[in-house]
Amino acid sequence: MELYELSIGTLQGLLASQDVSAVELTSAVLNRIAAVEERVGAFITRADEQVMIAQAEAADIRWREGRGGLLCGIPVSLKDVLCTKGLRTTCGSRILDSFVPPYDATVSEKLKTAGAVVVGKVSMDEFAMGSSNENCAFGVPHNPWNLDHVCGGSSGGSAASVAAAEAIASVGSDTGGSIRQPASYCGVVGLKPTYGRVSRFGLVAYASSLDQLGPLTRDVTDCAIMLNVMAGYDPRDSTSVERPVPDYRTSLVAGLKGMRIGVPREYFAEGLDADVEQAVRQGIRALEGAGATVVDVSLPRTPYGVAAYYIIASAEASSNLARYDGVRYGFRDKEASALLEMYRQTRSQGFGPEVKRRIIIGTYALSSGYYDAYYKKASQVRTLIADDFRLAFADCDVLVSPVTPTPAWRLGEKLADPLSMYLSDILTIPTNLAGLPGMSVPCGFSKSGMPIGLQLQADHFAEEKLLCVAYNLEKELALPARKPAGLEDN
Amino acid sequence: MTISVTEVEYVARLARLDLSAEEVVTMSGQLDRIMSYIDKLNELDTSGVIPTTHAIPTSNAFRTDTVRASLSLDQALANGPVCSAEAFKVPRVI
Repeated sequence: MELYELSIGTLQGLLASQDVSAVELTSAVLNRIAAVEERVGAFITRADEQVMIAQAEAADIRWREGRGGLLCGIPVSLKDVLCTKGLRTTCGSRILDSFVPPYDATVSEKLKTAGAVVVGKVSMDEFAMGSSNENCAFGVPHNPWNLDHVCGGSSGGSAASVAAAEAIASVGSDTGGSIRQPASYCGVVGLKPTYGRVSRFGLVAYASSLDQLGPLTRDVTDCAIMLNVMAGYDPRDSTSVERPVPDYRTSLVAGLKGMRIGVPREYFAEGLDADVEQAVRQGIRALEGAGATVVDVSLPRTPYGVAAYYIIASAEASSNLARYDGVRYGFRDKEASALLEMYRQTRSQGFGPEVKRRIIIGTYALSSGYYDAYYKKASQVRTLIADDFRLAFADCDVLVSPVTPTPAWRLGEKLADPLSMYLSDILTIPTNLAGLPGMSVPCGFSKSGMPIGLQLQADHFAEEKLLCVAYNLEKELALPARKPAGLEDN
Repeated sequence: MTISVTEVEYVARLARLDLSAEEVVTMSGQLDRIMSYIDKLNELDTSGVIPTTHAIPTSNAFRTDTVRASLSLDQALANGPVCSAEAFKVPRVI
């Protein structure tokens, strides 16, 4: 195996023993990017190579002095939604084309402090609005498993960069499935933590009551390592939760004895692709074989998640995105001669069609006379969906289901019909509405060779249970190492 | 339900967006489909249900009011599309 294909867990050992230097590792990743990026298109902005080498040299010094650590010298990509001091942050939008943040997001800061080498800012749907990464002002990434297929979204660049080995791990954000869905489509592990587990400071806001940052990695162990670094209370995010961060790696080795796995019947409804169902059912059998108890559960309000989400998320977006007015940062239409005209022209030229659509939906739902019918109603349904989970978690520890009804589709296939795109998130949205942690773990491939993920959901702050089940699943399935077919000649 | 072109134009004005005539027509068709789908929420009886605004129960998060370093004037203005030496400039308002 090449250096750039290894996991954080393996690389740590090699870096600690100084069999491999961080500079060698970083150079290997840079060469890999040079070889495949033209076909994958995962990056919006690459980090300066000299800066990366300098970060790697600093990491090597730390290892030599015995001050290495979880991510010291590990090349990591960041979704372009995360502010990085001095490194352009576009959010996939023309309106932030030239934005260079004067500060680091808490998560960027934590990764840098841990010694990670930032490879660059990776592609995403504009303002994290989308399920295919096709709504990006700076090009569309291609699925490394089949270049004609979508990577999923909105953290498509994060998933693609890890799958194509252009980064060892990545950070994405998940508002309605944006980490789990692309992780599933690109065959990597993705974790959306409990709302409040990871600081949102410096994360460009889309829907603040739903947004959460999380890792996308090669394997479950790496996911635990990344979460160790990312999690924790932050006084700069008043919604982050003050509670201790365990060493998530210790939860991996706990067995499945006594673990109750709930299978929600609504997640296996009509429209579920046969290959997806087969792979997920096989995963459930593997967990049962490893000692877990499988129970049937019901989440009856699941079919209402998408409708509630598009009101709540769009309403929050219409308010959050009001800040893009061309005054303090980003794009401005300089032709405009009056203030109101400047706002309107700036926003109309700066935002893409999906962002405009959601701003319009949100503004409509919040406009005079409609508040009770839409926003209040959706927020009440949100309560009912959370109640469903509460009841289910009385009977089980972790829910197991598909991540999405189908594997990745062809580029362009759903662009003309926004609603069909929205409905692809039907199995991931409820997690965010209830603020729960959720995960996607690879569990097989479709007949046409596209990766399939298995979704795990647990109660608030039960990431350790998720990681334990995920780790056991990974071990039991022991999927043969396969290289992304779209890049096979490399 | 139907969402008229006039309604889309009205909401676009509220949102400070200028949509072309073509965008308005496309948007009103798409919006109509999306909002009709959203009407599905009315199948659920929510009378007496307390709306959720925050998934994790929290109370007010207060912090002490202490002076801390903030961005310098230059840093704050660095991303401004049009600035003078110490302010963001915008077209004349009055």
